[in-house]
Amino acid sequence: MLSQKGIIRLSVILGIIFWSLFTIVDLMALFSELNGIAFGFPAFVSNALLALFIISLILFYRFNIGQAESVNFVDLLWRVFVSGLIATVVTLSIEFFFTIFASSKVGSNTLVINFLYHINIGLIIAFLVSTFIVWKRLILYQKSKTLLATWQLYEYALFGTLVFDLFSHDYQDPAFLAVYGLLVIIGLALSFNLKWIAYLNFKQKWRSILFVLLVVIYIWYFFKTLMFFSEKVQLGRDLLDSVFILSLITFIVIYCVIALLVILFNLPTTSVFEKKLEEAVNFQRLSQSIPAGESEEKVYEILLDSAVSAVYSEAAWLQISDPIKNVEVTLTHNLDPKLIPDITKAVQNSRFKKILNSEFERNPKSLKISANLKNANYRSILQFPVTVKGEKIGVLALLKEVNDGFNREMIDIIDTFVNQASISVENFRLLNEAITNERYKEELKIANRVQNKLLPERLEPCEAYDIHAFSQAADEVGGDYYDIYQLDEARTALVIGDVSGKGTSAAFHMAQMKGVFQSLVQLDLSPKEFLVHANNALSRCLESTSFITVSFFVIDNNQRKVTFARAGHCPSLYYSAETGKTEYFKNRGLGLGILRNFNFHKYVQVNEFAYQPKDVLVLYTDGITEASNHDKEQFGFDRLQRALTKYAHQSPDAIQQGIIEELYQFCGKESLNDDYTLLIVKFK
Amino acid sequence: MIKIDNHINDNPEYYQLSVGGEVDASSSIHLEEGLKNAMTSSKKIIVDLAELEYISSAGLGVFMSIIQELENQKIKFVIYGMAPKVKEVFEILGLNQLINIKDTKEEALAAIQ
Repeated sequence: MLSQKGIIRLSVILGIIFWSLFTIVDLMALFSELNGIAFGFPAFVSNALLALFIISLILFYRFNIGQAESVNFVDLLWRVFVSGLIATVVTLSIEFFFTIFASSKVGSNTLVINFLYHINIGLIIAFLVSTFIVWKRLILYQKSKTLLATWQLYEYALFGTLVFDLFSHDYQDPAFLAVYGLLVIIGLALSFNLKWIAYLNFKQKWRSILFVLLVVIYIWYFFKTLMFFSEKVQLGRDLLDSVFILSLITFIVIYCVIALLVILFNLPTTSVFEKKLEEAVNFQRLSQSIPAGESEEKVYEILLDSAVSAVYSEAAWLQISDPIKNVEVTLTHNLDPKLIPDITKAVQNSRFKKILNSEFERNPKSLKISANLKNANYRSILQFPVTVKGEKIGVLALLKEVNDGFNREMIDIIDTFVNQASISVENFRLLNEAITNERYKEELKIANRVQNKLLPERLEPCEAYDIHAFSQAADEVGGDYYDIYQLDEARTALVIGDVSGKGTSAAFHMAQMKGVFQSLVQLDLSPKEFLVHANNALSRCLESTSFITVSFFVIDNNQRKVTFARAGHCPSLYYSAETGKTEYFKNRGLGLGILRNFNFHKYVQVNEFAYQPKDVLVLYTDGITEASNHDKEQFGFDRLQRALTKYAHQSPDAIQQGIIEELYQFCGKESLNDDYTLLIVKFK
Repeated sequence: MIKIDNHINDNPEYYQLSVGGEVDASSSIHLEEGLKNAMTSSKKIIVDLAELEYISSAGLGVFMSIIQELENQKIKFVIYGMAPKVKEVFEILGLNQLINIKDTKEEALAAIQ
């Protein structure tokens, strides 16, 4: 297939060839007629050549104008104007030639005149075809099925006339008139498609009027020229005897006239249309999300600008005061900010005040008000609250120098703008929050990873016991801590702890506890010494309201006994296999970091007990006993005790699972509200 | 949710603080405020915890943090009327060894005179 450029080039070449041939054949026919010689070609040949020339032109313009990318209407009209201008200049030169050589031989030579006439024909047809193609683009600017069908019909009919013209007719011929009439009617029907006019702004409309007028003038001038030729001399061919040309001229003129009228009538309403378009654009600007890194102020600026231009207000202000988000903005348009309090007072005192809120949203704090003022400069005001998530964060006020300056339409558009601005600000804030939250989540994940490293990865069973631990934090990071340390072959130190408070600070204190434990445990201290030292160490680094509760155990497998002390931690639970009973160790104790002086040792009570095979020691944190169901009833010590008695004969991990299952059943499917830690030691 | 009320009595002179509801990490700030106000207002303070349903470790931390200050300023300080569950929490932590805890208002008033 040929490319578009190729087709354009080919059509130009073909056009020139056909026009030349058509001129030569016509002149030869004329020459033979003048000299009484019998001419070889029938009239049909020249008609066919003319038709081919027209088809080449149609091809050329179709690809040159019809396929052009830009749909700028004024540009299209400009093209018509230029091709018309060229044709006019040439035609004028020919006329000029005639006036100079009117009396000379050349000027009155029929052959010369006919040749010049043919040049004219070529140019005029070119102008007509180019105009026709432009009209087609304008008419089909907004297509519908029926319109397309009508247009196709019209084009086929026009091509039909080309065939019809192959056989010369006189314009008084009834067949000629019938065909012509039909085309005029369809053309007239098509001429009412003028939607493109609505899209022109004021300036473009004036230019369009000018161009369309020029087209009419051209056509009138060309028509006159053609008439002049046909009256003046004997012509080998008269272009006005072609239905195609006549129909084309008629159609172009009709469209011109209708377009002119429509543009003229549209002129006064153009501003309204432009306004609406501007409102739509402003609305879109307001609804665009604020790019990250920009501030809300952008939205407020757009809101003020859009509102001012939408209602033609002479002055305006927008005050935003949102202490929570630390946003303080005062924007004014044509107004000294110092006047704002006076005007606000005037609004309150105004006797002509309309409240625009609907009945159910009449919150006295955020009223939409339209009022007339006694203020010397401004006579009416429209005041809207700016709200975000239902909270009023500011006021938009628009002023006019006339009374009752704001109609319903304006109020509605301002309402829309303000709502949209609110949505934009809300989205902007949500997005920022989301980004911040995402960052915190990421940090917490890291903290969570770090913290998991603080708890022993696996607890090694040894000769003395089997051990199993379970720990789950309510948040990403918890404050529960347990640890184990092999003192020597026979002895193990075991600790369980719970840091006061929740979340990140608790996690840090827990890390400190780990440090304290790992340092002190290596000194192989007695439980009492361990706690006293730990209290000293922690007293120096915990916040004033923080404390840590721990229970510290030393398991000695040589003597088969456990020595332990409790520092404010939940009493440990012990199952004796011999008696089948479960009970809590109730020794006294005080949390670490509570007494930050040397009296702490008075509050440490050390206990010891001997263990038998299959005895079970359960260490836990208060998350377990204080877990509550939706009736706010706590799981409590008794249930924990019963659960242990129930599962005590099983392996440590089965005991742990049993207890946790009971706990979950009791709480229902509630989310954790605290950290759970459970440590099961089963002696061998 | 936490409810805090105070009542200042002239004869005999004492400051009564009543704490109810639940004291958790977020509401413990109000408890701290209430206690600090009491300590600046009076040397004899009784705290009614009868309506207290739950106290978290953060709430206990508030009580714990004022112990030293009470001693330094020679303020007589008694808490009373706790529900068994709440009292248990104080006892497990060992705060009962450092803070004067009574069952009734009468006992509490007797303790601060």
